[in-house]
Amino acid sequence: MRPLLQETVERLLADAVTQDLLRAAETGVWPADLWAEIEALGLPLAAVSEDLGGTGASWTDIFVVIRACGAAAAPVPLPEAILANSLLASAGLEPPESGVIVFAAGSADAPIAEVPWGRHAQWLALHDAVAGRIALHSLDGAHITTDTNVAGEPRDTITLATGSLIKETATSAATDTVLLAGAMLRSAQMAGALGRLTEINADYANERIQFGRPIGKFQAVQQQLAVLATQAAAAVAAAEAAFLLATPSAEFVTTSSAKAVAGEAAGKGAAIAHAVFGAIGFTHDHSLHFLTRRLWAWRAEYGSDAFWAERLGQAIATAGDDGLWLLVTGAFAETSNP
Amino acid sequence: MRDGPAVVIDSPTLTANRMSQQTVFSGQNNILECISQTLRKRAVSNVREAFVNLLDQFGPPVLPLGLEPLRADVRTFLADWGPSYPAEKRALSWMGFDADFSRSLGAKGWLGLSIPKQYGGNDASPFERFVVSEELLAAGAPVTAHWIADRQSAPLILRHGTDAQKERYLPAICAGELYFCIGMSEPASGSDLASVRTKADRQPDGSWVLNGRKVWTTNADRCHFMIALVRTDPASERHAGLSQIIVDLTLPGVMIRPIKDLSGHEHFNEVTFDDVRLDADALIGVEGDGWAQATSELAFERSGPERFLSAMTLFRCLVGAVGPTPDARQAMEIGRLAAWLIALRSMSISVTAQLAGGEDPVWAASCVKDLGTGYEQDTVEVSMRLIDSLPSGPRAETTRRVLAIVQSMAPSFSLRGGTREILRGILARGLGVR
Repeated sequence: MRPLLQETVERLLADAVTQDLLRAAETGVWPADLWAEIEALGLPLAAVSEDLGGTGASWTDIFVVIRACGAAAAPVPLPEAILANSLLASAGLEPPESGVIVFAAGSADAPIAEVPWGRHAQWLALHDAVAGRIALHSLDGAHITTDTNVAGEPRDTITLATGSLIKETATSAATDTVLLAGAMLRSAQMAGALGRLTEINADYANERIQFGRPIGKFQAVQQQLAVLATQAAAAVAAAEAAFLLATPSAEFVTTSSAKAVAGEAAGKGAAIAHAVFGAIGFTHDHSLHFLTRRLWAWRAEYGSDAFWAERLGQAIATAGDDGLWLLVTGAFAETSNP
Repeated sequence: MRDGPAVVIDSPTLTANRMSQQTVFSGQNNILECISQTLRKRAVSNVREAFVNLLDQFGPPVLPLGLEPLRADVRTFLADWGPSYPAEKRALSWMGFDADFSRSLGAKGWLGLSIPKQYGGNDASPFERFVVSEELLAAGAPVTAHWIADRQSAPLILRHGTDAQKERYLPAICAGELYFCIGMSEPASGSDLASVRTKADRQPDGSWVLNGRKVWTTNADRCHFMIALVRTDPASERHAGLSQIIVDLTLPGVMIRPIKDLSGHEHFNEVTFDDVRLDADALIGVEGDGWAQATSELAFERSGPERFLSAMTLFRCLVGAVGPTPDARQAMEIGRLAAWLIALRSMSISVTAQLAGGEDPVWAASCVKDLGTGYEQDTVEVSMRLIDSLPSGPRAETTRRVLAIVQSMAPSFSLRGGTREILRGILARGLGVR
């Protein structure tokens, strides 16, 4: 299933996400055709079990979808929709059949900050950690204050309209559900963007001529590209581990590792990419910034690398010197091949 | 993923449909342009596929079922063996020598795990070896006596050796009794390995006469045999005309001189060959194929847990010395090290899965070694940053001593087994530049 899912999504996004589409999206244009294709493929319901109308894909399968969204800089909240529907379904609530759905943490009675793609969404899966409830709200009539992250992606503040509640149920009061889920998504998106960054850097190093030869002939440039590739590889490997979701306790360990590693890799990788592309890559006309600005934005969202490193460090210190290795090995439960 | 109704779609058909629509709407005159655009797109996407495949080598880091009993056995064995083995010795990691310990691992059946049972091995998969190796390394057990024989020499002999060579060497390697070193570098051949000049001249009776000099040979003074890369065709240059040859280090004409490293240890050696006479069956594999044979082992050499666990004892000491209530900076620093450790273990498991599948993931293995050795060196950096903040006491004192040991070994982490710069050259070539 995973190879087919990967090929389908990569092909769809490669065809649809053009530079024009990305530029239009940054001015606020919603790519309705692309979203219609995504819904037609049933992708937003990928993680939802079949009895609730979904596909029942494993998170290991879904990893390639999220990574592809990152690689393409897809200006649609497919990662958010997959997760929002999964949050609802795992609480026993049937997700809406269609319409853009995103997720957030907060209370229905107060403004909800930094809702990804809020202005384009019809539905909101809201986790209220204090009340221990998960709810589906309609965004009809919601008051929306628009804002964006550093990549120009919508991150809006939403005040729900009266009567927005469609359905809700009690859930665990775990405060980190949305934070962990968001960190997991962003780590995979960063892994995808870093992979694409490595690929376009290698292509450019072979094309750009200076001193009479392609700049990729210079060892200084080769060594930089190799570092970029290893950072991309580390982000992929760390995110893959997070998407195993081996056990509930592993979820925290592998997700914090993934967000910390991918975040650090994003910083290093974007810097190398801009060094290799030189001045042309610093222009708005060039497409490089669609990836690098997203890497900067995603590194910051749902906890920076330092934030997650500190949390993981607290857990390691609690485990102690003898517990360190048990914690590391325990994060990868031995399972049959997914 | 189960077969679901919605996501399953035949994407080539989708693309074909889109193509035909485009063709219809854009009219006859634009067909040629449409085709040429498609071809251009395909050319780009082929490049993309080649690259994506490289990163796809780091697939889901899944260990197969059934390894837990083995891991538990190793942990029990280590708990029984080493409660009094001091941290200062564990700090040597896979440079710690203890032949008794190696023999006891052999008696447990944990050496030569993937070697067939008929030669004393266990017919196990690379995953079993991964589990045993990482548990030994995480504990800082003294594994250097058998390390190279188990990791590289035994698989090489199994793959390229004659039946007689397999019977002669493999059972003793699996028993933890026979130790090998690798003769690669020479005084004038470091990173430029293809320039080796040590030569083995074939005699009329088929035997060999060996002359030359190898350097930086780890444990040559404590090993029984060396597998050396030598020039067997005197007229050859560079990668051609090289062969691998097994040298009995007790033979007349072999001189071994330990070289003291900057830490005062004598782990590596200079080995001089002065008219050393070797039997005809000293040759391993095919004459002239030495370069290909040696480089085909690189994925084994570069992706294993020893490429990110060399400083594990220091990390453990640091965590213990920081204690259960770290301040924010301490927590951030040890958490960052743990985050990268988990990422590197994920990478190493993925490469092991490929080795288990019979593939030769040299590019991915080079990634593991470049990042892993950098991580090990970073453990020293982090320890330096935190050393003054540790609560005073015996744990802090031990950490200081272990830090001094690991710090003085750390420069070698990114030299041994292929320098960082050589690895990055390999990585760049894999990306299609160079």
